[in-house]
Amino acid sequence: MAARRSRSLRVHMGLLFAFLYLPIAVLIVLSFNDSELATVWGGFSTRWYRELVGNEELIAAIRNSLIVAGFVTAISTVLGTLLAIGLQRTVRSRVLDSVLFLPAVIPDIVLAIGLLSFFNLLRFTLGLHTIVIAHVVFDMIFVAAIVRTRLGYFDRRIEEAAADLGANPVKTFLLVTLPAILPGVIAGALVAFTLSIDEFVIAFFNSGPTSVTFPIRVYAMIRFGVTPVINAVAAIVMTLSLLTILIALRLTRPKGEGANGVGVTA
Amino acid sequence: MSVAAARTRRAHGRRVWGQRFVLLGPGMTYWLVFFLVPVGVLIAYSFFRRGPYGGVIYEPTLKNYARALDPLYIGVLWTSVRIATVATAVSLLLAYPAALFIARASSRWRVPLLVLVILPFWTSFLIRTYAWMVLLNPAGLINKLLQGLGLVDEPLPLLYNEFAVTLGLVYAYLPLMVLPIYASLERLGPQTGEASADLYASPAQTLRKVTIPLTLPGIVAGCIFVFVPSLGNFIVPDLLGGGRTVMIGNVIQQQFLQARDWPFGAVLAMSVIVLMFVVLAVQAQVLRRTQEVEDGRPA
Amino acid sequence: MRDRFFVRLLAIVAVAGLVLAACGSDDGGETPPAADDGADTAEPVDISGTTLTVSNWDAYMPKSVIKDFEEETGVTVEYAIHTTNEDIMGKLTGANGTGFDLVFVSGPFVQALTNLGWAAEIDHSQIPNIANLDAEATELPFDPGNVHSVPYTWGTTGICYRSDLVSETPSSWEVFNQAPADLQDKMTMLGTDRWLLQPALLSLGYSVNTTDAAQIDEAKQWTIAAKENLLAFDDTTFYSKLVSGEASLVQAWDGWCEYGRAEDPKNIEFVIPDEGSDLWSDTMVVLESSENKAAAYAFIDYILRPEVGKQIVEFTLYKMPNADVMAAVDPAIVKDFPTLAISPAELFEQETQTDLGEEGTILWAEAATEIKA
Repeated sequence: MAARRSRSLRVHMGLLFAFLYLPIAVLIVLSFNDSELATVWGGFSTRWYRELVGNEELIAAIRNSLIVAGFVTAISTVLGTLLAIGLQRTVRSRVLDSVLFLPAVIPDIVLAIGLLSFFNLLRFTLGLHTIVIAHVVFDMIFVAAIVRTRLGYFDRRIEEAAADLGANPVKTFLLVTLPAILPGVIAGALVAFTLSIDEFVIAFFNSGPTSVTFPIRVYAMIRFGVTPVINAVAAIVMTLSLLTILIALRLTRPKGEGANGVGVTA
Repeated sequence: MSVAAARTRRAHGRRVWGQRFVLLGPGMTYWLVFFLVPVGVLIAYSFFRRGPYGGVIYEPTLKNYARALDPLYIGVLWTSVRIATVATAVSLLLAYPAALFIARASSRWRVPLLVLVILPFWTSFLIRTYAWMVLLNPAGLINKLLQGLGLVDEPLPLLYNEFAVTLGLVYAYLPLMVLPIYASLERLGPQTGEASADLYASPAQTLRKVTIPLTLPGIVAGCIFVFVPSLGNFIVPDLLGGGRTVMIGNVIQQQFLQARDWPFGAVLAMSVIVLMFVVLAVQAQVLRRTQEVEDGRPA
Repeated sequence: MRDRFFVRLLAIVAVAGLVLAACGSDDGGETPPAADDGADTAEPVDISGTTLTVSNWDAYMPKSVIKDFEEETGVTVEYAIHTTNEDIMGKLTGANGTGFDLVFVSGPFVQALTNLGWAAEIDHSQIPNIANLDAEATELPFDPGNVHSVPYTWGTTGICYRSDLVSETPSSWEVFNQAPADLQDKMTMLGTDRWLLQPALLSLGYSVNTTDAAQIDEAKQWTIAAKENLLAFDDTTFYSKLVSGEASLVQAWDGWCEYGRAEDPKNIEFVIPDEGSDLWSDTMVVLESSENKAAAYAFIDYILRPEVGKQIVEFTLYKMPNADVMAAVDPAIVKDFPTLAISPAELFEQETQTDLGEEGTILWAEAATEIKA
């Protein structure tokens, strides 16, 4: 009986994976379809990839997204790591944890219009910088959460030992604490980067005239339903983000640990 | 000795405050300025009058709230809650067996399986939604397949309706349901099930009476991770609903970007925030209940 | 020692702040003030080296036109896109009417921008080619005398359909409301506020600019009933839905119906229903906040040249209110895309869309929300 049940679970798992990956696979296959129509197979071709390279708006949008994600990652990694250590070491409060975590839970549209109202009130010029400010708000929280799971494994006695040996707090932090939690920090940074580069709603509301980011451009392409170039874009994005996240996972997970805290933190 | 100890303690106290300042200061300041204040501005806007062509006139009014009580907007809110609830329920039904399967897999396979479940979540949200536009299209793959197999004569209307929106939300947030459930199953360990089996409980009984109640915190967390973002979503209804299925996120977006009625958009956003807190309160309640049950039982 | 740690931290934050600020100013309106001085006079101003920020609908102007303009003048054009009028209005509201030098919007929105004080008064002396405009285009009701706007294109809205998929030629807006069996779930209507209610209003015999609450309500009920027959509301991809056969009949702007005809010349047709339709015009508006009005005028003037206009018409398949341009268009193209042959006089038989005012705008927006909910 137990065997039958485990078999039905296995079938369920198989179907679930089909559900998760079929749409992605279809897009990747279609990206090599020579036909303009998504429903007709017109032979193998790389023409959409070639067209993509010549698409200036898209390239500019990718550049903007990389700039934004770069700044966001740097700022939120610093702020988030400090926050994580601070929460772990100095204030142990569930309430504070939950309250601080709100930007990651609140529906993105609320954060988006809140920030837009705020920037509008202060007469901020909207542009890449406002997107950076907005993304750091929630990315910082994700970094903090990820670094904290790593801090949980860290034995503070090593720090005390370093202090006993005469290292000052900065030295202790740089030479002992940071190396120990570095995989968590890097994983946090990678997650922050991925979240920022894919973020649409908040960027859509808080972008300026010429600060079109990659998702904003993709949205316009989908809305205008232009060409299968979008499939080629999809294939590349899928591949790149899969790679990034695989690296992040390798880094958060030293041997022999449980599987908690994989990327998304509960 | 006591003097020295007191001095150390004082020094220690100072250090702790210094540490707090350095470690928490930057992040919390940022949080206050760019999260709390903007949400505060939004709340404030909800009590003012709209300008004729957008913007806000600073005359206090409750009219926006009165307007939100119109059956029209209550209806949209209800539709959103309904769609988000169905999407959450479907995700739970899909995710629980999957999490169970992964938790029972040999330790070698657990991580790769989990990674495979999460991977799609980290690829572009827009593009994943777009994939369903391609698949569900009347001339799309699924309809072609159904027609080719002779199952249907006419293409089924799969796209641009509530079904498509619900499916899109399930697809988007399913991994967020699997993760916390898996985490709670793993915490539970296999021993609980064995103990139950020793007491001659059938596997089904074990699942219903032991496993599910004890993994309730994971289930509730997963439900929140799916329900809250589904509730405020406007991209999925926009792309897969064809403008015919509207959720509260779409109306908020319309108020801000099209009707240019920011105060009213702010009121609608308030309704989302309130619903979010209701859901979080339910979670806290469930967590407390589970904690009591766990503590109450003799070990 | 701790202090040093703190100082270093501060330094990091400060550097981040500085870089951020630099990033911001780099991204915002980087317009040298030099161009500003001459904006009010007819003296030729050296605009070379300046940046002009424009927002237009996607694919509404050939890229070559922008490139050529950049080469000729030395101006760098930052070309942003919007999907709908509401979209660009939303962007401008968010930025308090700043950030752009020149925006493309439909007629009623010229009035909205003017009422907000965001549209600059246009200095005709800086746009010699404005004389090329058709006489009709200088007296459009939303901006008589082209005080705040220069018409870019104009046209009408009608029904675009697949002649091989419909059993009878559509002749009335009623088709959306009384869908024959073969058109059930095979039609799309425009979803943007100003066009959403139009089939209902025309079919009920009301003005397309009505602000009468009872009429709007009636039109709303009509459209809610029609919604049951639709595949979707669609402002951007309706023509490709026709080409793929997802839809058989759509409410469409004339030019975008031609996009469909370009891909399926045999079967796709356009018709203005018997009840009539609207005359819409998409216009170019210079923003009051622009610090580079001279370049904006130069750009408008460039667009109004017959040989440039010809490229635009042949690319967008929309008509320009400019007889010299329309005369220059390749007759073969006009033959393939017959809506290009609709004359200004014919267009003028339709009612021009104008602004609805504060109350009207709110009534329309609420009706739109209710229809789509």
